[in-house]
Amino acid sequence: MSLAAEPSALLIVVPAFNEEEAIGQVVREIRATAPGVPVLVIDDCSVDGTAALARAAGAEVLPLPHHLGLGGAVQAGYKLAFELGYEYVIRMDGDGQHDPRFIPKILEALRTSSCQMVIGSRYLDGGAEHTSFARGLGIRFFRLVLRPILGREVRDPTSGFVGVNREALQVFSRSFPLEYPEIETLVVLQRKAFRFVEVPCRMRQRLAGRSTITALRSLYYIAHVLLGVFVNVLKYERKRKKR
Amino acid sequence: MEGLLNFLTGLAVVLIAMVLFSVRRSHIRVEYSVSWLGAALTLLVVSRLHPVLVRLAALMGIGQPPLALLTLVGCLFLLVLFRLSVIISKLKDSNIAMAQRLAIVEYHLRSLHEENQTHG
Repeated sequence: MSLAAEPSALLIVVPAFNEEEAIGQVVREIRATAPGVPVLVIDDCSVDGTAALARAAGAEVLPLPHHLGLGGAVQAGYKLAFELGYEYVIRMDGDGQHDPRFIPKILEALRTSSCQMVIGSRYLDGGAEHTSFARGLGIRFFRLVLRPILGREVRDPTSGFVGVNREALQVFSRSFPLEYPEIETLVVLQRKAFRFVEVPCRMRQRLAGRSTITALRSLYYIAHVLLGVFVNVLKYERKRKKR
Repeated sequence: MEGLLNFLTGLAVVLIAMVLFSVRRSHIRVEYSVSWLGAALTLLVVSRLHPVLVRLAALMGIGQPPLALLTLVGCLFLLVLFRLSVIISKLKDSNIAMAQRLAIVEYHLRSLHEENQTHG
């Protein structure tokens, strides 16, 4: 299968690292829900059978030469999608948490809303039943932090179920946060005067594996993301003053 | 206090020797050895020139000259570490960009190869 883009084409990008227990089912579900839409799995140098299983399930695989982390993997997919001329890209996790049945909803919002980014939100329609208490707390905290920066509320700032159009694709191909990218991405969008919209989505339990954000790492996560947001705001303010 | 100054002189000599040895064995590139050599030479010179050390301590408002030297050494090494962090960050960015580019070029090559096989 080739990834050559049709006009106004959609590409599904799935970053994956050691997801052999889930990736096959994730790809098959996407292909069943969105027939004809190409699926690109970014294999972030997995040491298990992720790449082979993704290929066997019908995905194209972009194997990275060494482990880049989530942001680096997603950006590689965005770069390839931009080079191949894709108009829309929807990013989904490789662990099965994102339900492919919401792909048409996200795509429709991308096509009709004139927003550069569409976020699949678990908090708009009661889709957060599989979200842990700690994560829920973190999401509420970042909602408060982001509200004055973005000038509006974002209900699910940590969602990785995200669709972008070609304008955002161009920006993210050049500059994309490398670790924990979801929240910083919103600030990058704000700096570019881009807009986003949230659509209700249901998150499921992951098919296999555990979250990489453990209790101890969650403190590092909060500090890292806060610093990233702060740096991005400073950059934005400096540019705004120059103008 | 003389003992501490002698220890710091010895530390500076060992550091200079280590850096030069590493450069000779290509374990450190010359451009990255400069900051370490600069810091070690400063430590060596100041620990041996007592009048300079006394003046420095007075400037820093520290009563004990060896303590002033330790503070100076700490600051110098912090600067070296900061410079290295900047270098590492740039290298990481380039490395990520290069890895992504390599993956994409490999992808294009594989696609071309498959296309050729299909048509050939």
